[in-house]
Amino acid sequence: MASTMLSVASASPFASLSPLENVKGKLKLGSASLSFNKAKGNPFINAKSFCRISMVAAVNASRFESVTMAPPDPILGVSEAFRADTHESKLNLGVGAYRTEELQPYVLDVVKKAENLMVERGENKEYLPIEGLAAFNKVTAELLFGADNPVIKQQRVATVQGLSGTGSLRLAAALIERYFPGAKVLISSPTWGNHKNIFNDSRVPWSEYRYYDPKTVGLDFEGMIADIKAAPEGSFVLLHGCAHNPTGIDPTPEQWEKIANVIQAKSHIPFFDVAYQGFASGSLDTDAASVRLFTARGMELLVAQSYSKNLGLYAERIGAINVVCSSADAAARVKSQLKRLARPMYSNPPIHGARIVANVVGDPALFNEWKAEMEMMAGRIKNVRQKLYDSLSAKDKSGKDWSFILKQIGMFSFTGLNIDQSANMTSKWHVYMTKDGRISLAGLSLAKCDYLADAIVDSFHNVS
Amino acid sequence: MRAQTQRKMVFRAVMSGRVPRWSSDSGARSMSSWWRSVKPAPKDPILGVTEAFLSDSNPNKVNVGVGAYRDDNGKPVVLECVREAERRIAGNLNMGYLPMGGGVKMGEETLKLAYGEKSEFIRDKRIAAVQSLSGTGACRLFADFQKRFHPDSQIHIPVPTWANHHNIWRDAQVPHRTFHYYHPESRGLDFVALMDDIKNAPNGSFFLLHACAHNPTGVDPSEEQWREISHQFKAKGHFPFFDMAYQGFASGDPERDAKSIRIFLEDGHLIGIAQSYAKNMGLYGQRVGCLSVLCEDEKQAVAVKSQLQLLARPMYSNPPVHGALIVSTILSDPALKKLWLKEVKVMADRIIGMRTALRENLEKMGSPLSWEHITNQIGMFCYSGLAPEQVDRLTSEFHIYLTRNGRISMAGVTTGNVGYLANAIHEVTKSA
Repeated sequence: MASTMLSVASASPFASLSPLENVKGKLKLGSASLSFNKAKGNPFINAKSFCRISMVAAVNASRFESVTMAPPDPILGVSEAFRADTHESKLNLGVGAYRTEELQPYVLDVVKKAENLMVERGENKEYLPIEGLAAFNKVTAELLFGADNPVIKQQRVATVQGLSGTGSLRLAAALIERYFPGAKVLISSPTWGNHKNIFNDSRVPWSEYRYYDPKTVGLDFEGMIADIKAAPEGSFVLLHGCAHNPTGIDPTPEQWEKIANVIQAKSHIPFFDVAYQGFASGSLDTDAASVRLFTARGMELLVAQSYSKNLGLYAERIGAINVVCSSADAAARVKSQLKRLARPMYSNPPIHGARIVANVVGDPALFNEWKAEMEMMAGRIKNVRQKLYDSLSAKDKSGKDWSFILKQIGMFSFTGLNIDQSANMTSKWHVYMTKDGRISLAGLSLAKCDYLADAIVDSFHNVS
Repeated sequence: MRAQTQRKMVFRAVMSGRVPRWSSDSGARSMSSWWRSVKPAPKDPILGVTEAFLSDSNPNKVNVGVGAYRDDNGKPVVLECVREAERRIAGNLNMGYLPMGGGVKMGEETLKLAYGEKSEFIRDKRIAAVQSLSGTGACRLFADFQKRFHPDSQIHIPVPTWANHHNIWRDAQVPHRTFHYYHPESRGLDFVALMDDIKNAPNGSFFLLHACAHNPTGVDPSEEQWREISHQFKAKGHFPFFDMAYQGFASGDPERDAKSIRIFLEDGHLIGIAQSYAKNMGLYGQRVGCLSVLCEDEKQAVAVKSQLQLLARPMYSNPPVHGALIVSTILSDPALKKLWLKEVKVMADRIIGMRTALRENLEKMGSPLSWEHITNQIGMFCYSGLAPEQVDRLTSEFHIYLTRNGRISMAGVTTGNVGYLANAIHEVTKSA
């Protein structure tokens, strides 16, 4: 959680709402009560106020007086801080949303075509079934596993449309909590910040396996294997299918085999988060290789999918949770229980994004067009990686090896910058990133690589 | 308890190796599943009705189950104002993530609908509001918020209520108590028992109230009754949480339908509201609504909003944009807004017309029972008073689909089927 000067003082998450000068002042003064509350038990409540409220039912006193200010979200809060910054050189490398070379958001052509088709057809807006749009679920499972995959032909996959990756992960977590009480989820160190929130709010215990090796700025493979082995049998292992977030470091195919071995040996359940299919290598099939490898071994597994990045449908909140089971009967039962968890969360999922996906992925011509746009987006990121690497190598005379930028894959790069160095990136250079040292290359243009290289070199060498 | 023990036993057996997890040499077919203990979930009582209706091939079938508006031909309706809004936004807007609190413009317009165009609370920024996944999402977010900040509290729920209310507060781990609401004998409000329950509840209890067009009964308190309820709430220091899913749909006038809320606001209550555009804008599948909590001051509103966002983040990160864009496009364009208000009135008037028609048809058939409640009740639903067995007969003999509590969705009644429906109801009740 954000507790640095930066996030409390200037990164008010509500800057975009309305002029909040007075409120900001008050927030600063009261900053001691803003960062996490040390009250025992419930970390969200100021215990003293709570007792006072429950004893006296005053007419106009708020029931929520004891509510403390939540810290800004470490990822989404970055964009909000960026928006508030007026400096001309500011650069937003925070949230992983793809930008063009002109640093504009990009609506894919296939999406525009699909939307126009939808307007022409004038379809209704009736409720979807709880499990979502059937056509969407079908093409989504096929995209992930391959249309000819036995698991699909044998109807062994329970697919339920979810609110993008987050919502799909949340459904899976709720399923784990209900049917595997006490089972732990192993998550990589580091991982996407919201994973922990999702498991915490679902009351699913978690622990970390080693992943990132700061010395090599690469994968700590021995540590990863050891930690997965050491976990209690029957744990869930959260794996990033491709383009690991935040590090950009993916296991090699040989390493994936070894990971699968140890997971099988320990009777763990693989739980994939696939948020970047197509964005890592540019090929939708290649990026699904890890999932398909595990599936080919006959393992039961879970996969949370998102179309936020690869179809640019971020705000439509479209994704899916897939559970591969050993039988069609188990898949049907699991699907019914996923629905039962979704109903008291949001009843049924939003239709718009699902229709776009069904139209694009389900139409051969649009699908091919999409593949081309996907290659273009992934290609731009590869080019930017190359340019950044070249700039860094040229500007940094210390001889530091920056080649990890080329080895990492996907939207993100783990720069190796620590908290203070990352803070310097923002405070001195107006480069917005997350404080774990992650930059989103999707938000970088070739034109800005030199500026960024300067910032990184300065932060790395002049700040400790 | 037994099911839970069973699950634990299976889990332990699998874990201890007594039941093999997988067989390395024969692949999927011989592998025992992790999911053996997962039972098939019961069909959702409401949404399951539509599923059953869809699989019925009888030409006379009638769906008066789920509360989704239909025109007089029984067809779903997309409002003209919505179509126009979609034309304006199709294909050219970027889809960057909304802020966690949702669309700002949509939020402002939505609060005006509930709190009033010139509301002092909006002006003074005292309302913590976030875009939500329609009404369900708003209720769930509030239930989770209630659990987090008043972990020992309960929710008082009317009898009856929308079935999913129970699921929502249960999955949020907030225990519930019930309070009297529907009076079966009169098919109206059990006002005396309702007031008693309000008085007898512990001070400072959380109550769930339907702002208008109560679901499933269609029975709303009168204005005078709302004032008494508000007064009693003040005396007891209760927290009123309003679920307003039908603003505009009850009387045809959104201002009038928000009367209960305005009464409570005048009386100084600090309320919470779940709003939905599913019905009144026909945006069902878009999942767009709003959760708001009225606070003492702006600072508190900012804090509460930040906590609501903290709850939403691990559920879905940020809310879907499309429906929100439709809403803000319509409500911020005076001409489109006017069109919308007109279309809402058309929908509400059609339903009122069908209520009258159904009642008249039943009376013409010489039914021995009183059917006044059909026109006394308001909104999309009519609590017919039919018993579950009578409902079953309606379905099995007449292919009429409704929920077993006897709730008829008037939105599914048309000039084409009202006679058939009346006849069927008469048949199953004439010997009652």
